Amino acid sequence: MTLMTEKLTDIEYLFPKEPSMDNLVHIPGEETFSENAIAYLDALAHILNKDPRAKNYPDVATFAFFCRKGNLLQLKKKYLYGNSLRLGRGLIFHITPSNMPVTFAYSLVFGIISGNVNIVKVSSKKYAQADIICNAIYELSKERKHQIFSTRHALISYNAECSASTYFSSICDVRIIWGGNDTIDEIRKNKLPPHSFDVTFADRYSLCVINADKFNAEKSPEQVASGFYNDTYLFDQNACSSPHLIVWLGTDENVETAKRKFWNNVYDLVKVRYILQPHSAVDKLATFYYQAVQSERIKKADMPDNLIWRTELKELSKDIDNYRCNGGYFSEYKASSLRELSNVFTNKFQTLSYYGIEKEELIQFITQLKPIGIDRIIPIGKTTEFSLTHDGFNLIDTLSREIELL
Amino acid sequence: MNIAELPDIQPYSLRKADKEKLLNTTLTSLSRHHYAYCAPYRKMMDGIGFDPKKDYHYVDLMFLPVQLFGMIELCSAPKEEIVRTLTSSGTSGQARSLIFLDKETAANQTKVLTKIMSSFIGTKRAPMIIIDSESVIKNRNLLSANVAAISGFSLFGSTRMFALNEKMELNTELLKSFIEQHESERILIFGFTFKVYRHFYKELIKAGIKPDLSNAVLIHGGGWKKLENESVSAKEFNKKLNDVCGIRRVYNYYGMVEQTGSIYMECEYGHFHTSVFSDIIIRRAHDFSPADVGEEGIIQVLSILPKSYPGHSLLTEDKGILLGEDDCSCGRLGKYFKVTGRLEHAEIRGCSDTYDGKIN
Repeated sequence: MTLMTEKLTDIEYLFPKEPSMDNLVHIPGEETFSENAIAYLDALAHILNKDPRAKNYPDVATFAFFCRKGNLLQLKKKYLYGNSLRLGRGLIFHITPSNMPVTFAYSLVFGIISGNVNIVKVSSKKYAQADIICNAIYELSKERKHQIFSTRHALISYNAECSASTYFSSICDVRIIWGGNDTIDEIRKNKLPPHSFDVTFADRYSLCVINADKFNAEKSPEQVASGFYNDTYLFDQNACSSPHLIVWLGTDENVETAKRKFWNNVYDLVKVRYILQPHSAVDKLATFYYQAVQSERIKKADMPDNLIWRTELKELSKDIDNYRCNGGYFSEYKASSLRELSNVFTNKFQTLSYYGIEKEELIQFITQLKPIGIDRIIPIGKTTEFSLTHDGFNLIDTLSREIELL
Repeated sequence: MNIAELPDIQPYSLRKADKEKLLNTTLTSLSRHHYAYCAPYRKMMDGIGFDPKKDYHYVDLMFLPVQLFGMIELCSAPKEEIVRTLTSSGTSGQARSLIFLDKETAANQTKVLTKIMSSFIGTKRAPMIIIDSESVIKNRNLLSANVAAISGFSLFGSTRMFALNEKMELNTELLKSFIEQHESERILIFGFTFKVYRHFYKELIKAGIKPDLSNAVLIHGGGWKKLENESVSAKEFNKKLNDVCGIRRVYNYYGMVEQTGSIYMECEYGHFHTSVFSDIIIRRAHDFSPADVGEEGIIQVLSILPKSYPGHSLLTEDKGILLGEDDCSCGRLGKYFKVTGRLEHAEIRGCSDTYDGKIN
């Protein structure tokens, strides 16, 4: 059979280097967290760790760390519960983001450890990180021990005009579409087989809640600020999990003190680490004016320059997610309690990052107030960490079949 | 501010100190006017911290990013007094801007454009070749930026000839006969920079025609738009046109639909000039502070004309450099500057865009 290679001519093959994907359709799914998969990913981590180029890319290093056997075994313990019999669903077609360099690799790993065969569409935008990872996958395929396992996935790239998405959609068992919403609409025009389904990661909005009373007592505010920097500026505040809304809890007086302390610490970091694109500065101003017109009584907080833009809100409305801008634009609101927030949450809300709030309180918040949206509640500084639970999906459960045995 | 109050003022006649006085008063009063009559503008100003009671130096007045006119309808006159609505497509992917003109603002735009142009080409009307197709101006109430510019500049033509047909092809026969007919007169040519280059210069080369336009004056503006990769330097542009039709007097201008009328003309030394009706401030992206002479930054444009819409102080998406003030070799007073390009859209990292093509 040469169906695929005949039909699809405008594809760039990142791995394997020759077009040989037709056989992917006929490989069965494996057990989830199979020994082969864990050994394969652990070996991948080793190659990445040895690549001198990887040292320049913390996201590659973090990815390699994720692939280590130790980590995977821990995840296995957490995600493979009971005596459940699980096999991968089969062939997964991944459409991965063009502006997060390493997400395609995580998407592949999710597919692998849940026991699947994978076709991963990598952005045609060139990233050194993607190059390093594809190269490691290629090197690994030459090792005899991993040769066969290496035939279970393909990494490819093509532009929007190519009809490949139609074909891959027609043969896959699960299609994973990383947003934005326009992409999801566009890809969904391609039919799936009757038994197949989509896992979509749509555009989301995230917020950060800080307990001012606790923060004022914080001995290492610079560490909290550094975590916040990683949540926001590190990815130009454009990751879905990056907070755009900062909510303060506490007394008026404490909140004022905490704000000063917090932003001074963040500013010190941003000033040294972040390069503000001129267009971002103009966009922040335009966003602020737009927000001013559409909302009531907002005020720009005084800042020394355009690195951090803070918009102070007197009231919080349901359309708050319309007023966002990349590169360091924050709406700030002082809330009386978490309860007050649950009124404005919509299914667009993804990550609530927090500081100084007890887990017990957060659990109560979810169980008692049952907010719409909010799929992740993550300590400040850890929002960009990948996990096997994403946007409310347990990816192991979703990407594998549980076989009922009585 | 009524332009009638400045009946005899010449466009390049005020020195820094005098111009500052004029702009401080007129621009601050425009900010107050829009604050009073344009509700969205008032909300913006309240948010950013504008105090309508304070006397501002015009450098400290707030400025609106031009793209806002594509996001919000901004009008400071009663809707029934709007006589014309200008629109621009904005940059790719952006909503088009709407600019609302009442009688007074529209009339002032014409007056000021006339004053500025007259100081370059005299007050006498002349036969005019427009490097565009007549079909683009057959429009209704809603005027695109192109049409607004063409009709504005058409005022200087005693007779008008559109040099391009509907397919945007150069009508060489018509061009020849028009030039013959007006052999002894000084001909004016107007067109957008990229159209003059693509549909006039390149077509003449292709057709192998070299009309004699040595006595003509070319006025062009608007930059290269989507033809950025074909763009040539101003010097090269002028030389190429001179080679193909002998034209020697070529004037480029910098302007935008959001501030029609108070355009920035390029002098014989290749510098754009502010007139007494306008000013520019080059701003640093880092904190929007004014840049030094010679330092590249974002161009803010100011104009004393916009009364029916809050467009008197705008932050453009263009980069430029202030070259000096009151001391250009051409003798014109006021600031002079150059435009160095568009602000690039930053490569933004994030996880919300997987689509590799353009979505329409």
